[in-house]
Amino acid sequence: MSTDTPTTEATVAEAHDDEAHDHPTDAKYVRIAILLAVITAAEVATYFVDIGPALIPTLMVMMVVKFFYVAAWFMHLKFDSVVFTRFFVTGLILATAVYCIALTASEFWSKG
Amino acid sequence: MSEQTAELTVGGDAAQPLGVYSRPKGGGGWRDWITTVDHKKIGILYGGAALLFFFVGGFEALLIRLQLATPNGTVVGADLYNQIYTMHGVTMVFLVIMPMAAAFANYLLPLQIGARDVAFPRLNALSFWVFLAGGLFLNCAWLFGDAPDGGWFAYSPNTGVSFSPGHGMDFYAIGLQIAGIGSLISAMNLIVTVLNMRAPGMTLFKMPVFSWMILVVQFLLLFAVPVITVALFLLLFDRNFGSNFFNPEMGGDPLLWQHLFWIFGHPEVYILILPSFGIVSEVIPTFARKPIFGYEFMVFSGIAIGFMGWGVWAHHMFVSGIGPISVGAFTLSTMFIAVPTGVKILNWLATMWGGKIRLNAAMLFATGVVSMFTIGGLSGVTHSLSPADTQQTDTYYIVAHFHYVIFGGALLGFFAGFYFWWPKVFGHKLGETLGKWNFWTMIVGFNVTFGPMHILGLNGMSRRIDTYSPGFGFELWNMVATIGVFIIALGVLFFVLNVILSARRARGLPPEPPDPWDARSLEWFTPNPTPVHNFDEDIEVSSLDEFWHRKWTTDENGKVVRKATAAEVCQAGDAENVHLPSPSYWPIVMSAGMPLIGFGLMYNLWLCVPGAALVLMAIYAWVFEPPDDPDGPFGHGHDDHDDHGDAEAGDESASDEGAPQEEAASVE
Amino acid sequence: MSSDAHAVHDGGTGLSNNKLLMWVFLGSECLLFGGLISAYLINRNRFGDGPAPGDIFDIPFTSVSSFVLLMSSLTMVLSLSALQRGDIRNNRIWLWTTALLGALFIGGQVYEFTTFLREGLGYTTSPFSSAFFTLTGFHGVHVSLGIVMLMSLLISSYRGTLRKENSETVEIVGLYWHFVDVVWIFIFTVIYLVPSPTT
Repeated sequence: MSTDTPTTEATVAEAHDDEAHDHPTDAKYVRIAILLAVITAAEVATYFVDIGPALIPTLMVMMVVKFFYVAAWFMHLKFDSVVFTRFFVTGLILATAVYCIALTASEFWSKG
Repeated sequence: MSEQTAELTVGGDAAQPLGVYSRPKGGGGWRDWITTVDHKKIGILYGGAALLFFFVGGFEALLIRLQLATPNGTVVGADLYNQIYTMHGVTMVFLVIMPMAAAFANYLLPLQIGARDVAFPRLNALSFWVFLAGGLFLNCAWLFGDAPDGGWFAYSPNTGVSFSPGHGMDFYAIGLQIAGIGSLISAMNLIVTVLNMRAPGMTLFKMPVFSWMILVVQFLLLFAVPVITVALFLLLFDRNFGSNFFNPEMGGDPLLWQHLFWIFGHPEVYILILPSFGIVSEVIPTFARKPIFGYEFMVFSGIAIGFMGWGVWAHHMFVSGIGPISVGAFTLSTMFIAVPTGVKILNWLATMWGGKIRLNAAMLFATGVVSMFTIGGLSGVTHSLSPADTQQTDTYYIVAHFHYVIFGGALLGFFAGFYFWWPKVFGHKLGETLGKWNFWTMIVGFNVTFGPMHILGLNGMSRRIDTYSPGFGFELWNMVATIGVFIIALGVLFFVLNVILSARRARGLPPEPPDPWDARSLEWFTPNPTPVHNFDEDIEVSSLDEFWHRKWTTDENGKVVRKATAAEVCQAGDAENVHLPSPSYWPIVMSAGMPLIGFGLMYNLWLCVPGAALVLMAIYAWVFEPPDDPDGPFGHGHDDHDDHGDAEAGDESASDEGAPQEEAASVE
Repeated sequence: MSSDAHAVHDGGTGLSNNKLLMWVFLGSECLLFGGLISAYLINRNRFGDGPAPGDIFDIPFTSVSSFVLLMSSLTMVLSLSALQRGDIRNNRIWLWTTALLGALFIGGQVYEFTTFLREGLGYTTSPFSSAFFTLTGFHGVHVSLGIVMLMSLLISSYRGTLRKENSETVEIVGLYWHFVDVVWIFIFTVIYLVPSPTT
C-alpha cells in the first residue's frame, strides 16, 4: 500500500505536467492583461466623453468582454474541463434570468 | 512496512498522540459519534436530530390545534400563538423535512452509487453539526422567551424592529443563516460525490431515481441557499445595524424581501418534496416487483421540476401588487409545472399497474404519498389561477394545500423510507402490524385534520389568526381538525412504539439476512446493517437495477426466473484492511463557534470574538490536520504526508467553505 | 492491491474533487452577488434626503482601484504559472504582489467609505446607502478572505510544503481570486460607470 500511493501521486503529477504544456505562456497572460487594461481605459473614457445613447450598450459589451477574458484565460476555462464551465455558466445564467425577472416585476427598467 | 499486516480496528485502541493536530481515535461510545466522518453515522445523526425536532414541531402543532378547537380559544395568548405557528413552520420546513432528506441522502446516496463515502467526509460532518447548531440556536429562542413571530416566510415590515421589537426575528435570521451554511456545504459535497465517486460502469443514467432526485435537490440547494442568505443578511442588517432595505418609512421596499424569499422559497418547496419522490420511486418498483415505469421520464421530469421551480416564485405574491403582466406570466409558468409532476404520478401508477403488489407498511406509505400528493397537487393548480388565488390566499385553503404536499407528500414518503431501509440501517425490520396501524392512523388523522381546512379556507377563515368568534360556521370543522391532529399524534406514537419494540425484539437475534425485500439497487449488495466500509469490493455496474439483474433473468419464454439467490449475490461485508477516512474533532468545534457569533450579534458584539476565534482556529486546525490516521495501517502517517502535501491540498477552500480532499477509501 | 482509490473514480468525471468543489461553490456565489446587486439596483433611486449615487461616486478614484484589482488577477495567474514550472521564488513574489494589490484595493475601499461618510452618506442614511455599503462591503469581505488565503499559501510556501506537485492548491485559490475580480468587473460597470441618478 505504501508503495502504491507515490505511484498514483506520480501519475497525477504527470497529468498535471501535460496540462501545463497546454497552458498559455506568461507572455500571453501579460498580453491579455494589457488588453483588459485597455478596455478598462476605454470604459473609464466614457465617463469623460459623451457618446449619447450608445453608452450603456457599449459599457455592457466591454464588461462582457473583460468578464469573458478573465474567465476563459485566467480561470483556465478555455483549457479546462467543460464540466467547470457548465457549473459557472449555469450559475451565471440562472442568476441573470431570475434577478432580471425580479427587477422587471419591480418595474426597474421603466422607473430606473 | 510492518503495518501492512495490521488490521483496521474500527474505533481502535488508544493512540500515541502526535500533538495538538492528531486525529481522534474514536474510542467508542459518544466520542465516535461526535467525531465521526462516516456518511452512515452522519445520516443516522441527521435522522435522529430531525426526529427530535419533529416532536418539537409536532407539539407546537398540537398547541395550535388546541387553541383553535373552539371559538375564542384561550389555551395560548395571541402573542404566544404567533410564536408557536411561526416556529411550527420554521421547524417543520428547515429542521425536520430538510434534514430528514439529508439523512436519507447521506446514508443512501454513497451506497446507491457504489461509493465508499462522500467526496469530503469531514465537510459532511461539518454540514450536520452546522445544521444542528442552527436548529438548536433557533430553538434557544424559546429559552430567551422571544421566539420568532413573523410567520415562516417573515414578511417585512412585520419583521422590522418597530413591529417585532424582541429578538425573535434575529433568532430566525441567524438560525436559518447557520442552518443554510450546513445545507450549502452538504449540497456542494454531494454534487461532487455524485459526479466523481460513482462505481465503475455506473453512468448517470444507471443511477437509481432516488439518487437522481437527491442530485437535483442538491443543485436546487446550491443555487437557492445563497438567495435566502442575501435576504437574511439584509433582514439582519435592517434589524441590527439600521439599514433601510425593507423599511417603508425610509423608502425601503418590503416587496424586495418577498421576491428574495420566494426566489429561494419556491425551489425550497421542491427541495422538500423531491427526496420523498425519490424514496417512493424506490419503494414502489420493489414492492410491485416491476422496474420503474419510464425511468428516463422520471429522471427528466425531476430535472424539469428543478428548472421550472425557478420560474414560478411570484405566484406566492399574486395579491402583493406586482402588476398584471407579472401575474399573468407567473400564472402560466405555474400551470406548466404541474405537467412534470403529473408525469411522475402517472409513472408510479403505471409501475404498480399489473405488478405483484406486496402491500406492506413501506408500500402503504408510498401509495399514501401518491394519493395524498395528488390531492395537494390539484389544490395547488387551483392557486395557479390568479383570480381564484386572490380568494384563497392567506386562508386555511392554502394551509390545507401545503400540508397535503408537505405532510402528505414529503413526510409520508420519509415514513415509507423508514420501513423500507430500516433493516439496512439497523439490521432488523420494523414490525409490520404496528407499521400498518402507524399508516392507517396517520393517513386517517391527516385527512381528518387537513381535509376540513379546505372548507374552512373557502368559507373565509384566515390563516395565522389566533382565534375566531362563534357564528361564522368555523366551529365544526375546527373541532374536527383538532380531533384529527390527535389521531396523527397517535400514529406517531405507534411509530415510536414500533421502533422501540422492534429493537427489543431483535436484541440477541442475528441481523436480518441480506436483501429482505428482493430489492433492486446497489445498497442491498451489502449485508445488514451496512458494514463500516460499505462494499467489500467495487461493484461493476452494467445496468439500472444492477442488483435485481444479478438475481433474476428471463428465460426463453420471457418469464422472469431466478438465476442467483440474494445470499450468493450479496457481499459478505468481511473485507479487512479497508482504508477509511479518520474521524476529526474540528467539524463540531467549528460549528460550535457559529451560535456564539449569533448571540454576539444580538446581545453583545464582544461575544462574536470568541465565536469567530473558535471558527478560525477550527479551520486552521482542520487544514493542518494530518490527512489520515497517523497510526493507521497504511503508511499515511506523519512521515510521508509531507510528500503528498495533503495537508495543504485545499488549504484555500478550507479557508472559505471547502476542505481538504479526504482520500477516497481504498481496499487492499 | 486489487483495487485502489482510483477505481472508485472510474464512474466519475476524473476531475479533481477540490477543484470541482470550488467551481460548484463559485456557481453558487453567482446567486449571492446577483441578489446583492439586484438589491442595490432596486434601491439606487431611493436616496431620500441623503446624497445620490451620481453626486457622490468618484469615478477616477474607483477606476484606479478597479485597475489595481484587475492587475492582481494577472499576478495571481503568474504565481500559478511559476509554481507549475517549479519556480518557487517567483511563485512567492507573485503571491506577495497579489496579496499587496488586494490589500491596496481594500485600502481604497476603506478610503472611499470614509470619504462617503464625511460627505453625509452613512449606512443608515437611505435605502441606497444601505444597499451600496452592503454590496461593496460583501465584495470587500470576499477580497479580504482571498488575502487571508493568499497569506496561508505563503505560510505554506515558507514551511516548504507548497511545491510543484500541489500547484492545484494555488490554482484553486486563484479561481476564487479571479471570481472576486470578475464580480468587481461587473460592479464597476453596472454600479459606477452606468450613469447613476443625481439629486
